[in-house]
Amino acid sequence: MSGGVRHYPGFAAIAALCLAILYLPLGVVAVYSFNASTSITAWGGFSWRWYIDVFQGPEAPRFRAAAWNSVTIAFLAASVATAIAVAAAVAMVRSGRFRGKSATFALISLPLMVPEIVTAVATLIFFSTIGLTPGYLTILIAHITFCIPFAYLPVAARLSGIDPAFEAAARDLYASRGQAFRLILLPLLAPGIVSGWLLAFIISLDDFIITNFVKGAGMETLPTAIFGSVKQGIKPNIMAISTMLLAVSILFVTLSWLAGRTGRRAAAPS
Amino acid sequence: MAEAAVVVRDAVKLYGGVVALDGVSLSIRDNEFFTLLGPSGCGKTTLLRLIAGFERLTSGAIALHGQDIADLPPDRRPVNTVFQHYALFPHMTVLDNVAFGLKMRGVGLAERRRRAGEMLEMVHLSGFAGRFPAQLSGGQQQRVALARALAPGPRVLLLDEPLSALDLKLRQAMRVELKTLQEETGITFIFVTHDQEEALTMSDRIAVMSAGRLQQVGAPREIYEEPVNRFVADFIGETNLVPVEVGAVAGGLAPVALPGGAVLQLAAAPGSEGRHHVSIRPERLRLAPSGAGQLSARVERIIYKGTDLQLVARMAGGGELHVRIQNTARADLPPPGAEVGLVLGEGAARLLAD
Ligand SMILES: Nc1ncnc2c1ncn2[C@@H]1O[C@H](COP(=O)(O)OP(=O)(O)OP(=O)(O)O)[C@@H](O)[C@H]1O
Ligand SMILES: [Mg+2]
Repeated sequence: MSGGVRHYPGFAAIAALCLAILYLPLGVVAVYSFNASTSITAWGGFSWRWYIDVFQGPEAPRFRAAAWNSVTIAFLAASVATAIAVAAAVAMVRSGRFRGKSATFALISLPLMVPEIVTAVATLIFFSTIGLTPGYLTILIAHITFCIPFAYLPVAARLSGIDPAFEAAARDLYASRGQAFRLILLPLLAPGIVSGWLLAFIISLDDFIITNFVKGAGMETLPTAIFGSVKQGIKPNIMAISTMLLAVSILFVTLSWLAGRTGRRAAAPS
Repeated sequence: MAEAAVVVRDAVKLYGGVVALDGVSLSIRDNEFFTLLGPSGCGKTTLLRLIAGFERLTSGAIALHGQDIADLPPDRRPVNTVFQHYALFPHMTVLDNVAFGLKMRGVGLAERRRRAGEMLEMVHLSGFAGRFPAQLSGGQQQRVALARALAPGPRVLLLDEPLSALDLKLRQAMRVELKTLQEETGITFIFVTHDQEEALTMSDRIAVMSAGRLQQVGAPREIYEEPVNRFVADFIGETNLVPVEVGAVAGGLAPVALPGGAVLQLAAAPGSEGRHHVSIRPERLRLAPSGAGQLSARVERIIYKGTDLQLVARMAGGGELHVRIQNTARADLPPPGAEVGLVLGEGAARLLAD
């Protein structure tokens, strides 16, 4: 079976086309962010000027404030979502069968399947119903919610690979439930937790649609700030800031993947 | 001295609809090497997990040194476990693994280091304190698991097939070592295995289990020589089950008619008249010329087994008989097809309840 699909006629051509459609625009943005000219279509030689512009140009204070919001929200949302995800994963994976287990799993992973725009509208309606003023807090709450499934999946995958005998052995050696969790399960779970946290962080950092709905006036995160700037025409400094965001995303996703891979064998049942 | 270490009374354990234990009652003595023996799925692990506290009884009672422990969580029971796959904490060194139980009991750093070091010395792994479990061989991991379980000084040690993952040579060496350790420490060992040879060589007493029930409890010799029923006779060692006709019991003895007509007087319970089986161990049968002995059969084949030979013969009624012959300087063996007689030594046949 292995490699079978590669031998279908036209596989290479279709694959190349897909990759091109996906990545060519990103490549173009990344390359033109180093363009010395003000034009976004004509190449005028290599330069760092748009990166300098992001940090020191007229729009720098706006970007700096937006970046600060983005990073702190991503940090807090990822942390809270991961904590919730760990609790949920322990309950789901270690509890055996219980009534409504499948329903619970569906509920946890719902945000992965519901169109984001629907969640965005629903969240906005929810906040206005309970009378919460749009702002930093509403963004944070919304981000925690949609980050949970992203943090949950790596944690649950890791946990289901950990032999319950480790926890049993700890209990047998006079550890309380809490000690068995803290001293044995948590360290073994760490790669999954790190992986989940990094993924949740980047999902929060990159979110636009939901944020745009619940942020309120005057409150910006990086993606909404970029969108705001683009409405007045695309300038090369937008390409520079997008390229930096892209680099951070790639870095985090790679780290998340690496963390999920480490020590997988060590904790598996022998 | 005569105080029981563990008493299990009418233990029943259901998993949903599955009956894992079906009314088990046992009394395990202090300082005893006690073995739970039985085929896969008979409930050995379940019984061990109930004693350790990982599972809760559906009904019945468990007492440890006279104290009812059925409702205590595992961390409140002075019992430790050696797990089947060891379950050594992969993120801790060997020393930290062994010291874990002491740490949880609040023993100070210096003292627990010292005691853990002693334990490692006892299992001949002093040089391995700083390694991680993944850097050890299977046999070494097994010893660490043993040291870890013994370090807190439990009064009862539970071992779930601890030798099953080792190769034959190591397994045999560990049998001796475990037995010696048990005798030296005086700790009650409750040992689970499905290997009858292991059970026979190590145990003070064996409980043979099948389908969630106890079949027989006794010393290895008793279990082997005086099996109470067909299951035990068949499961422990190798045996010939020969169908017989039992006559009227008188004074604890009954005439037992073998196929071919020979009649033996065997111990029997009142009411056991009728069709039954006797168990005859292959090493208790002796070859004789045709017509001699209490049984007659035709030789079918001879299997070479190293230390001995196994002769397979068929009785006139169709039943197979296995005869073990020591592989000594070549006695004359009858060729396949030959008619032979078989002599039953004194006490060779045992009448079984079904
Ligand atoms: N957690 C569980 N849920 C459902 N059924 C179980 C569970 N644990 C054990 N059983 C069932 O209980 C019965 C006894 O299992 P147990 O593990 O005690 O057998 P065992 O004698 O240890 O077998 P083995 O030699 O294969 O380890 C089996 O039929 C098994 O399928
Ligand atoms: Mg078992």
